[in-house]
Amino acid sequence: MADARTTQPVLTAREAGWCGCRECGRLNLPDAAVCTLCGMRLQKDPNLQAVWAWLAAGVVAYIPANLYPMLRTSTLGRQQDSTIVAGAIELAEMGSWGVAAIVLIASVLIPVSKFLVIAYLAVTVQRGWPVRGHLRYRLYEVVEFVGRWSMIDVFVVAILSALVRFNMAATIAPGVAAFSFALSVIFTMLAAQNFDPRLLWMTRGPKTA
Amino acid sequence: MTAAARTELPVAQEGLIACPTCDALNRAGAVQPGARGLCHRCGTVLSAPRKSAMTQIVMLSATALVLMMMAIFLPFLEVSAAGMTRQGSVLDAALSFAHGVTLPLTLAVTAFIIILPALRLSLLIYVMAPMAFGWYPARHAIRAFRLSEELRPWAMAEVFMIGVAVALVKIAGLASLHIGLAFWALVALVLVNVISDSFMCRLTVWRTLEQRSRS
Repeated sequence: MADARTTQPVLTAREAGWCGCRECGRLNLPDAAVCTLCGMRLQKDPNLQAVWAWLAAGVVAYIPANLYPMLRTSTLGRQQDSTIVAGAIELAEMGSWGVAAIVLIASVLIPVSKFLVIAYLAVTVQRGWPVRGHLRYRLYEVVEFVGRWSMIDVFVVAILSALVRFNMAATIAPGVAAFSFALSVIFTMLAAQNFDPRLLWMTRGPKTA
Repeated sequence: MTAAARTELPVAQEGLIACPTCDALNRAGAVQPGARGLCHRCGTVLSAPRKSAMTQIVMLSATALVLMMMAIFLPFLEVSAAGMTRQGSVLDAALSFAHGVTLPLTLAVTAFIIILPALRLSLLIYVMAPMAFGWYPARHAIRAFRLSEELRPWAMAEVFMIGVAVALVKIAGLASLHIGLAFWALVALVLVNVISDSFMCRLTVWRTLEQRSRS
């Protein structure tokens, strides 16, 4: 852009009386409901209720995902249930440290830090804490990018139970946790998507216009 | 200046766009092919016109679609243990939840690894192909592109691939494994997807759609 990196105060579409579209950038009249170019629903008075709701649902679904078995392995009549963490420990005992780390990062570290980051961002916006927009936006970007990768463990369960089945010495079946874990990931992805990043750049929190 | 701006709307709609991530007003257009226009506040890429980017996206999407068909229907792993051999395709993996309480999960997994990626690729081809030839956008191209954008986070082919790798290690102790053709198709698919996504700038496509459908 021609006037990049200038120090003049930034004029936002909102301040200029327009309603900018989050999908295509088109300026819409402030009373429009959907964008005139792409047809996306316009978020005008951005509120955080949907974010909190999806986040709460995600946290609730994450609890049974860790308590109940993810995998049910039956070897020659013996049945063995393993939770997410137990499965990772088992991998580490087999000597596959790298893969154990991938599983732990994808199914424990990523979801938990995602809960914390979304909650932190929502609180800073609600309280109007003066945190720099750039820093918070980086956090938001990372959370949005990384969220879908927590699905790895669900897919692992799917692949294992497809391959190791009837007529074989061992059978692997998905446990209840696979279901609630998938739900948890979906809910937190929705929470991140419902979070409007433009809120992070408003200096004094969302104005109740 | 800002105080007056709030009441009188002096800013013309033409030639300006709002940055989707920080809402700052930016001048649209006037970016040389090959260069990138960044938002002056947050640095989000606002336009990245490239010569024949549309053609490249169409080609790559078509490639990805073919690779996906291979990845879905060919066996991607072969397990043999205790004299029994079993082949598994991606389709089998998706359908493995089809019994009992986990039935809804079947639908979700099938959607994430097969239906949504395939739908998104088809939509991209539908939107881009007429424009790559320099024609007017196809009917409902705008709606199709919006849908493909909404699908983007939910198409998880590359996540599935890491899942395959983890499953390989887990199962290695139980049985002997052979990697099938579909596995390599999946690897290629992920690479093609990454390249295709780096070629595509969402806002540039929207500006092009806007200009072409108006004239």
